[in-house]
This record gives sequence, C-alpha cells and structure tokens, in this order.
Amino acid sequence: MAENRQHTETVSDIHKKITTAFKLFDYDANNTVDAREISTIVFSLGCFPSQADLHQIIAEVEEGSSGYVHLDTFLPVMTKVLLEHRFPPIPVEHILRAFEVLDKENKGHLEEGELTKYMTEEGEPFTNKEMEEMLAVLLNNKRGLVYYRDAVGLLGFDGVMK
Amino acid sequence: MGCGMGKSRPLQEKSIRAALLIQRWYRQYVARLEIRRRCTWNIFQSIEYAGEQDQIKVRPKGNLISHIFRENEICHETEWEKYFCYKGVEVPDSYNGPHLTFPMSFCGVSKLMEAFRHKQQLHARYVLQILGETWRLLRNLPNINHISVCHTKEITICGDLHGQLEDLLLIFYKNGLPSSEKPYIFNGDFVDRGKNSLEILLILFGFLLVYPNDVHLNRGNHEDHIVNLRYGFTKEVLGKYRFHGKKILKLLQKIFSWLPLAAVIDHKVLVVHGGISNSTNLHIVSRIDRHKVRGAISLSSVSESCKNLKVVCVQYIVDLLWSDPMPQKGCVPNEVRGGGCYWGPDVTEEVLGRHSLQLLIRSHECKQDGYEFCHNRKVLTIFSASNYYEVGSNRGAYIRMGPDLVPRCIQYQASRTSRELTLRQSVGRTERSALQALKEQLFVHKSDLIRAFQEFDPDNMGLISLRHWATATDSVLKLGLPWRVLRPQLVSRTHYGMVNYLQWIKELSITEPKLEVSDTSILETMYKNHSNLETIFRIIDTDHSGLISFEEFHQTWKLLSSHLKMEISDKAITDLAQSMDFNKDGSIDINEFMEAFRLRSFLLLIKKGVI
Repeated sequence: MAENRQHTETVSDIHKKITTAFKLFDYDANNTVDAREISTIVFSLGCFPSQADLHQIIAEVEEGSSGYVHLDTFLPVMTKVLLEHRFPPIPVEHILRAFEVLDKENKGHLEEGELTKYMTEEGEPFTNKEMEEMLAVLLNNKRGLVYYRDAVGLLGFDGVMK
Repeated sequence: MGCGMGKSRPLQEKSIRAALLIQRWYRQYVARLEIRRRCTWNIFQSIEYAGEQDQIKVRPKGNLISHIFRENEICHETEWEKYFCYKGVEVPDSYNGPHLTFPMSFCGVSKLMEAFRHKQQLHARYVLQILGETWRLLRNLPNINHISVCHTKEITICGDLHGQLEDLLLIFYKNGLPSSEKPYIFNGDFVDRGKNSLEILLILFGFLLVYPNDVHLNRGNHEDHIVNLRYGFTKEVLGKYRFHGKKILKLLQKIFSWLPLAAVIDHKVLVVHGGISNSTNLHIVSRIDRHKVRGAISLSSVSESCKNLKVVCVQYIVDLLWSDPMPQKGCVPNEVRGGGCYWGPDVTEEVLGRHSLQLLIRSHECKQDGYEFCHNRKVLTIFSASNYYEVGSNRGAYIRMGPDLVPRCIQYQASRTSRELTLRQSVGRTERSALQALKEQLFVHKSDLIRAFQEFDPDNMGLISLRHWATATDSVLKLGLPWRVLRPQLVSRTHYGMVNYLQWIKELSITEPKLEVSDTSILETMYKNHSNLETIFRIIDTDHSGLISFEEFHQTWKLLSSHLKMEISDKAITDLAQSMDFNKDGSIDINEFMEAFRLRSFLLLIKKGVI
C-alpha cells in the first residue's frame, strides 16, 4: 500500500482498484455484492474505519433494505473516501500504546481473561467468534498469555504469513 | 471516538479508546485475510479448470492413434469374464493383508476398511473378484435409479471424494455405515488426485455388493479412463499392482461405463454428478446404452453411418457429467471444462418443470463450505473432499434427506492433526500453494509475458507501470484473476510504482539450476505440455507395458510436433530415442522417458549435446 503514496494516484487508478476488490465478491457477476461484504472490501482498500464508520458507509450505499449494494452506487462513495484518505492506517506505535494502556500493571503481557473482557465488553465489542479467533492467533498457549509486542509485529500490515 | 459518557473518569475513557483502536486494527487484519482467501480460491479454480479443458482437447489425430479407439470389441461379455477371472491368481502364504470370502458380507467390507485404515493392500485376486462381482451387478442396473425415502430411513448423499479416503471414513464415522436402514448415494468422482482412489472404490463396491438396494453410485466425469490417465488414478493402480494393474484397469474401464448416470428420489429430487442442459430429457437418457460411452473422448471411435445418433447420445451423457450452473440465464457450451455446458436458472426451472421435479442435487465443483445453493435454492452442489486444494482450503459436506425432501447439509474437515488450523494458518498454507502453482504458470509463459511487457515499454527501459503489468499478465495467462490484488504477493520489488519486468521474470524461475540453454522455447513448450505428453504416451502404450518401440516413439514425436507446432528433424528424434534407451534393447521405458521431460534431466540432455 505504501508505494501508492509515492506518486499521486489518478482517479481512474482508484476506480480500477475499487472495482477489482468489489468484483471479488460479485458472485453473480452482475455488479452487486451482499452488503455484509462491504466492510471487507473497504478494509481491503487499505482503510481502517471503525464499525460506526462502516455502518455509515453501508447505509449510504445499500439499495434500500434489499441487503445488496450496486457498484454504481459504491464507486463514487468509495472514491471520495480514498481521495480524502478518510480512514488512514493506524501507526504501529499507536496499537502498541493502546495495548500498554490496557496492561495496567505494565507486565508486558495481557492475560486471556483481561483481553477478552476489554474486547467483548468495551468499545465496539467483538462477537464470541471474533474473540475466539483472536485468542487462537495471539495467545501464547502454554501460559494463556498474550505477549502483545510480538502480536503487533506478527500481524503487521501486508505481512506475508509465516 | 468517545463514548459520550459525560462525567467519565479519564482512565476509563482511555481504556475504551484503546480497546476501540485494537478492535479496529484486528478487524482490518481479518478482512485482509478474507480477501486473500478469495483470491487463492480463484487461482486454484481457474488453474484446475484450465487443466481439465486441456484434457478434453487431447483429441487423437491420425491413423496411428485412432485405431486404438475403434470399437472392434466383437468379443462377448463371456469372453471378457474369462479374461478377468481371478481364479488363476494365487494368494501366497506370505500375504498378510485381509482375506475375503464371497458372496461379500458386511464383515468382509468392515475387514476391508480396517485393513485400508492400517495402510494394507488388498491382494490382486480379491480385487479382481470384487470388481468382477461389481461388474456383473452393475450390468443389471438401469441408467437412472428410482429411490424412495420413507419415515424410518433418511438417505445420505455424498459428493466428490477424489481418492481422499480420510474423508470417506470421516463421513462413515459421523453418519454411520451404509445399511438397509441407512441408504447412501455417492454422486461420482470417486477417483483421481487423491492417493487412495482404489481403496475408496473397493469400499464403495463392497457396500454396493452387500446392500445393492440401498447403496447407489452415480458416474462422475472422472470415472473415465482417459481422464484417469492424466489425473493420477491410472498411475496409482499401476503403481500398487505391478503385475495385475493392466487387467484391473481394463476391468475398471468397463465398470465405469456401466455405472448408472443418475438417481431420482421420490420422483422429486434429481441427483446427478455434473448437471443438466436445456436439452436434458430423462426419458431419452433412460433408454441410452450407457455402457457404449466409455469416455468423454469416445466420439472419434464412431463409424460414419450411425455418427449422428451416437453423437447425440454421447452429448446427453456428457451434459449430465460435465456441466456447471451459472447465474445468468441461458445455456452455453462450457468452454472452461471443454465439455458439457453452463446452464442458467431458467434452464433449471424448465428442466425441473418438464419432469415434475423440485430439486437438483449435483457435485462436480469444489465449494468452500462443502455445499452451496443456487438458482433460487433449486440447485444444491455437494462436495465431499475436504482440504481439496490444500490443507485448510475448504470443508467437505454431505446431505441428509428425509421424506420431507428437505436437504440438511453436514460439514466436516479432515485434518491430519486433531487441532483445526486457525484461520490465519489455513489461509497462509493454502495461499502459499496457490502462489506456487501460479508462479509455475507464469514461468511457463515467460516468453509470451516478456513480449507482452515489451509492448508497454517501447523505449526499452526495462520498466513498466503496475497497471500495465496487470493488463499484460492478464492478457497472456487469460485466467481472469484479480492481478492487482495479487500483485503484492507476486512482485516483491517496485521502483516508484514501476516493475523491472526482466528482473521479475528471472526471479520467477523455479529452483532449477541456472544452465545455459540455447533454445529456451523448447524447454518451455515441453514443460507447458508435460501432462499432455504423458497422456499421449500412455495412449500409445496400449498394453500398459510401460514400453514403447522406436517406431511408435518416432510416430509420437511426429504427432507431437504438429500438435505443438514445432519443427523437429528425424535425426534429432532418432538421437533422442537412442539416448533414452538406456539398456539398448530397442525399446524405451516410458517412465524413464517421462523423467527426462522433467526440467532437470532434460537440461542435462541438452548439456550433453543430445539436443
């Protein structure tokens, strides 16, 4: 994603990017996607919106209450989002600091219970499934602890999975 | 991003903000995984179907090969029975695999499954016996089996298994073994790709023999000896049964052609491997001599006089075994597979209506969740080979259906370790496999790619933009993949948004030693057509002896050079043949020849100055 900033992208480039990501979920090949896929598409274009932001976008682009979104509606809205850099990536240090805020006793790690409590009760809470998956990825199994410094490194942007 | 709590303590607010940040970050990560999973899926499917298309295109040319397909089988079935007889095959005392008694019993099949679970091999005598009995039984079955479900027993329907024994055993474990109380339909593609195709067949045939009224097998497009030549089943059998393999394969060829084509449950639910076309007519299908259609490529065997009628009959069957549904209306030839058609929801309505059916259950396509509805829930795809492309790529599923005829899908995933892979691990592994396969495809087309890139680089700077890279790559590979999205995984270095394409191509080369080869186009052509070569050679080697004479070798090369549009001199062919004949007995071992066409050895030959 970084090299795209090095020279300004043209609008037609942006259109192509958005269309390609959109079409990945266009299962019926008729330029529509299920509204529930919009968040994935928006994320994949390098944006870091909150759930509230996403709901707003979806509300703007959904065809009434059909549950579907058409490319013609999505394209202009998303183009604007990208041109404005509306949801820029979160710098790694901010994530690290966020974990440190939660790690009140400065242990360098979080317990499973602690993390679960924060993720499922505060902010824009995780579903049980999301929480399970996060623990599966981040938990250091032997001791039930999340070493967040490693985790942040592991799940870096565009990192190739090891 | 505050939570508007008014008189909140600053510390608490800080925690909430931190939690929000982490949640946002994590959800972004999950979404990226999802995108990569979809891309990986697209890669595998497009390469798989492109391969199948090549397969059907291997149409025999010229006199040398066409005589192989001529229907000169004037022998009666009784003569064949004598040929396939197991009685002459002795079981030595040293054999410590399972012993079977006939008629087949439930104990016998259980013994078989236990043995296979412990990686034992069934003696050729028993294999021939089971196959012989199966052949006899199948000859009495109609093209379309009519089944009814009643209150005491639900029917189970399984999709493609593709030699994955683990999945079959998992289904039996979860769902129970076939019996009169537990009827099953197995919807084709039992063989190829996986390494236990023969074991699966023996188990399924075993159950068929024990419960002939409650176990139903439908033919799939892989129950076809030509397809087996390429996709691994032939190799598996010859590898496991060095002496009797040929006979077993011949008998299986007959069995496959006698497999029923479809099943209808309670006159309402049609179960068939591939699907339908706008001309599908079950009344006609039920009257065809199905055993005369041995494979999708049997058209060339037809004599002129009855060509038209036979072509139509073959077409009916090919449509049932090779077609795929599409979202758009209409019915068009299936260019991707090279056989059958793509049919739309209107065709589903029409064909189901014509036969007063309410649901079509089919298989043939791998689905991430093991099953998928389409066409307004009138078509249900069921696929039972989990981890089909790679460990973690997809689940398998089977259907349970009671007298209400409402399908219930049960999913599973066979895994070598008892833990399930995390989302991240499964995407990672699958993706690596897909990317490797894709890189191989790119490497194979590198001359065409360079040419395409150069069109965007008139000044010969060696650099093109990413946009042009994507366009050029798409035009050469024609796989319809989202290249822009894949780009980060394929092109590791860019200079301010530009790709040094020659460097990139160089880096694509697989881990082969860098040798100076004068004519890389021959290499690429060979490698590109590697699987076709093998298929063609196995067609030449009609008695499956693994040996071909110099004369046959020569003829094959002549055929190949026209097929591949290459010029090869007679002297070059003779030299090549002689260098292949390591034991100088005037014939070429097909295995050694195929080995030579693996990149490394071939390069060695070139180095030696043979070519």
